[in-house]
Amino acid sequence: MFDDLRDLYQEVIFDHNRNPRNFRVIDDADRKVEGFNPLCGDRLTLYLKMDGDVITDASFQGSGCAISTASVSLMTEIIKGKTEQEADALFKQFHEMTTGKDEHFNLEAIGKLAVLAGVREYPARVKCATLAWHTLDAALKNQQQAISTE
Amino acid sequence: MTVFDVEKIRQDFPILKEKIRGKDLVYLDNAATCQKPQAVIDSIVQVYSHDYANVHRGVHTLSVRSTDKFEAARTKVKEFINAASDKEIIFVKGATEAVNLVAQTYGKANIKAGDEIVITAMEHHSNIVPWQMLCEQTGSVLRVAPINQTGELIFAEFEQLLNEKTKLVAVVHMSNALGTINPVKAIIEAAHSKNIPVLLDGAQAIPHIAVDVQALDCDFYVFSGHKLYAPTGTGVLYGKQALLEVMPPYQGGGDMIRKVTFTETEYNTLPYKFEAGTPNIADVIGLGAAIDYINAIGMPAIAAHEAELLDYATTKARTIKGLRIIGEAEEKGAILSFVLDKIHPHDIGTMLDSLGIAIRAGHHCAMPVMDFYNVPATARASFALYNTRQEIDVLMNGIESLIEVFG
Repeated sequence: MFDDLRDLYQEVIFDHNRNPRNFRVIDDADRKVEGFNPLCGDRLTLYLKMDGDVITDASFQGSGCAISTASVSLMTEIIKGKTEQEADALFKQFHEMTTGKDEHFNLEAIGKLAVLAGVREYPARVKCATLAWHTLDAALKNQQQAISTE
Repeated sequence: MTVFDVEKIRQDFPILKEKIRGKDLVYLDNAATCQKPQAVIDSIVQVYSHDYANVHRGVHTLSVRSTDKFEAARTKVKEFINAASDKEIIFVKGATEAVNLVAQTYGKANIKAGDEIVITAMEHHSNIVPWQMLCEQTGSVLRVAPINQTGELIFAEFEQLLNEKTKLVAVVHMSNALGTINPVKAIIEAAHSKNIPVLLDGAQAIPHIAVDVQALDCDFYVFSGHKLYAPTGTGVLYGKQALLEVMPPYQGGGDMIRKVTFTETEYNTLPYKFEAGTPNIADVIGLGAAIDYINAIGMPAIAAHEAELLDYATTKARTIKGLRIIGEAEEKGAILSFVLDKIHPHDIGTMLDSLGIAIRAGHHCAMPVMDFYNVPATARASFALYNTRQEIDVLMNGIESLIEVFG
């Protein structure tokens, strides 16, 4: 019935929406930033544990749509063990992939995150996918205040 | 038209023939804005093709023709809401501008530091923010009458908020987020017994409920044309003549003056005092055409059809496991707001769109209502005169299928 949506709602997305990874609080987090999408009410808090410039643990709390939940869940998985520079490079790749400015984003570098490439065909949903990454960007820049997509 | 023939009505709306993602369009976002009948579209083409010039200015034929049609639209609005005079009908760009106009003219002239303005907890942002701005400017205080879990105003608590400091009550006639129809007659009586004027926000009510401003005895009534099958950029402020006469003007400019020198300006009479600048001529004429269209069908027939659709949709929705209706007031208009267990409204919106179904997913410009129900957003199906039972079947099947897909 929803054949047209297969590119947007891949099984991986349903899976992460049902069972979000790293859905917990890191009590002794080094970085904690809130992200908010006022248009749809998506709200998340991102926690990072750092060792020097390496992200040793990442987790989140909050509520949102399947796309935003899957996006933040996948992100917390992929950034663990990455340096700040590597995470920032991923953020830029992800941004390219979802906003569609570059058709030739680096598929290899982006790995599992490619399941979210479908949002580029749904302009109303791009911010659902990018909220997590803008929140990460703020955390990497060590900003304390909540970020908003609007 | 004596018999309400929905299939015939559908033929009047060209957009309903659109295919969306290959499917028949099922347009259920009428509370956001309504589609336009051919008669309204034609009226705009007619004006620009044959009758157009600026109004209230020229002596030439087209200016006279344009002015006549524009003023005829004002008379149609007057009759539609049963105002006492054309002078009480001010054209603005929408309900939002009308509320702002009242706040910045009546409000600034009459509401002082320490005074209170009473609204309800189910207001649209457009009947909250203009008052907050006024409160900030004047030092007055906004008081909010609470609602209960079914989405009804708690009348006793509303009454208790009315006191000698209350200078205005501003209440939504029908809630866009919940569908609740407020007991406006009783609200107005309670306020008037304490000499407090009442503004009704009729943006949502106007296409669904026959409005008689004299019977209601409201002091101000505001609505937008675009929810009444009319073009965007049209709206109406109704105000009792005695109030409008003494209110300061809103914006300065052409058309709202009688005489201008560099030392002083004499303002024009009603309604022009509040209509500075060239108005939205063609679209207002389109609003007149929309009212003609509605009158030909009849508000009672439209209301009966929509009530039947809402009943049908509500009964079906209640059988869907995991669906929770937000807003179950006894008196309710053609709006079905709902949430699904573990499925975000935005996912509902995207999934239904892929089936050709247009609904609204979001906070409906009523964030305090979302907070009250502790939901980030709702999905909202809203019905108009051209919707059918079959469309509701398509909607409900779609909801059941997406619940299955989400697992």
